[in-house]
Amino acid sequence: MDLRVEGLSHRYDDLEVLRDINLEINAGEIVCVIGPSGCGKSTLLRLLGGLEQPSEGQVLQVGEPPAGSLNPLTYVFQDFALLPWRSVEGNVSLVLEGHRLSAAETEARIADVLERTRLSDFRKAVPKQLSGGMKQRVAIARALSVNPAVLLMDEPLSALDSQTRELLMDDLIDLWERERFTSCYITHNLAEAVRLGHKVVVLSRRPGIVREVVEIDMPLKERTLSNPVVAGIQQQLWDMMREEAQAADVELAG
Amino acid sequence: MADVTAGGTAPAAPQTETRPVRFRGGGFLPKPRRAIGFLTFAVLLLAWEAGSRTGVIPALVLPAPSEAWEAFMDLLNSGNLQKHLAASLYRLFLGFTCGTILGLIVGTAIGLNSYARSALAPLVSAIFPIPKIALLPLFIIWFGIGEGSKVATILFGCFFPTVIATYGGIDSVDRALIRMGQSFGLSRWHIIRKIVLPAALPAILSGMRISASISIILLVAAEMIGAEYGIGAYVLLAGNLMSTDQLIAGVAMLSVFGLTVNYLITLAERRFLAWRN
Repeated sequence: MDLRVEGLSHRYDDLEVLRDINLEINAGEIVCVIGPSGCGKSTLLRLLGGLEQPSEGQVLQVGEPPAGSLNPLTYVFQDFALLPWRSVEGNVSLVLEGHRLSAAETEARIADVLERTRLSDFRKAVPKQLSGGMKQRVAIARALSVNPAVLLMDEPLSALDSQTRELLMDDLIDLWERERFTSCYITHNLAEAVRLGHKVVVLSRRPGIVREVVEIDMPLKERTLSNPVVAGIQQQLWDMMREEAQAADVELAG
Repeated sequence: MADVTAGGTAPAAPQTETRPVRFRGGGFLPKPRRAIGFLTFAVLLLAWEAGSRTGVIPALVLPAPSEAWEAFMDLLNSGNLQKHLAASLYRLFLGFTCGTILGLIVGTAIGLNSYARSALAPLVSAIFPIPKIALLPLFIIWFGIGEGSKVATILFGCFFPTVIATYGGIDSVDRALIRMGQSFGLSRWHIIRKIVLPAALPAILSGMRISASISIILLVAAEMIGAEYGIGAYVLLAGNLMSTDQLIAGVAMLSVFGLTVNYLITLAERRFLAWRN
């Protein structure tokens, strides 16, 4: 299933946040959206998944979601959004409970996603016992359990320290290599964008418009820290964003 | 103090004073010391008993604890204790349970629905501060002099604190969790039952602590009017007859009621809120 964004604009009262966004998210690719803070990245993601209604334009699902998909558009949040009173498996089963799955299928889905995120040994742990990186892996497992057509990731690594971020980025790449998921990945971190994105969409500062779409035609596996091409693209993105970020930085909150 | 040479190899001047850094952290963290609580009770009771025996406390002013204990044993042996307790516990249980359930329903409605909030929240604020004892005569007219008015008094007494605690708790539920539920397509009912109410539970339980105490107070007040049996009736009768030993025995029973209810809620907190620690 693809996701197509057509002429999307959004404003909160008088504050224009997004202007005329056109975007394609094709099956099997990760589209990273970067932009200075306050440019409407997160709003765009909420619009994509139907958590908010656009002022103008529309978001279209193209094609059918994969068989067995319980929730085609599924989010991974920056703050994990785990229920603190439920265990790891309880947090995953929460999103399966309303779908009248057989006990065997529920168990199979939980076991599968926990295995893929290497959390099988921590089924009974509660969020409080887990590190930030593990919490986010639980959230990713929860998202994968509904077999989404498109994963909508809202700065999923921003709440983590830089070492954990590296580890989790490797995990995401492994997950993608094993089973190619489709994703829209919001971040303000250029390194994440160039490591994970098949396409990097650069938004301007508010009101956010698409300044540039950079296609990165290199297998995710090869994009190591020391790769000069990756570094070059990151520099290129930064040159593009620098002024916008500077201007956004001195803007007063409206 | 001015000696900031790195490495520590610099020959210190012989007259330089060295001393360990003074500890100034710690404190402000009271820990429960169980034994001390019991000890306080024991010391107080012993002093009281001794005072009564030696005549420092005249028997008319305050009977000795041992006399109150005897009055309690008389009550137990006469077989009336069971009747009083049964009557009181029945009213307390019925009033508290119904009031709490209704309070939870209305509190949840106020917490989640704009119309319910606009319509009911001001009403609750207006009625909550009215002492329900003042309404007892009305309740007697409405619900009869029998059990109805007594249960209704307790019910109203714990309804309002529960409503306020519930919608306060729901207001402070992390909206990110609710967004998460919506983003996974959970039904409204599932979001309420599996996300909103568990997250509001700490506030609801501390509201229950308050409403339980209120219901014990109201129980006695209600039983002082036209009740044959019940701890309140017993205390009232004792007061009218100036038999202060019975009065103390009755009041002590009420205190034990309160402690028991408090303990039960603590158990519930430990069971249901274990995830907080």
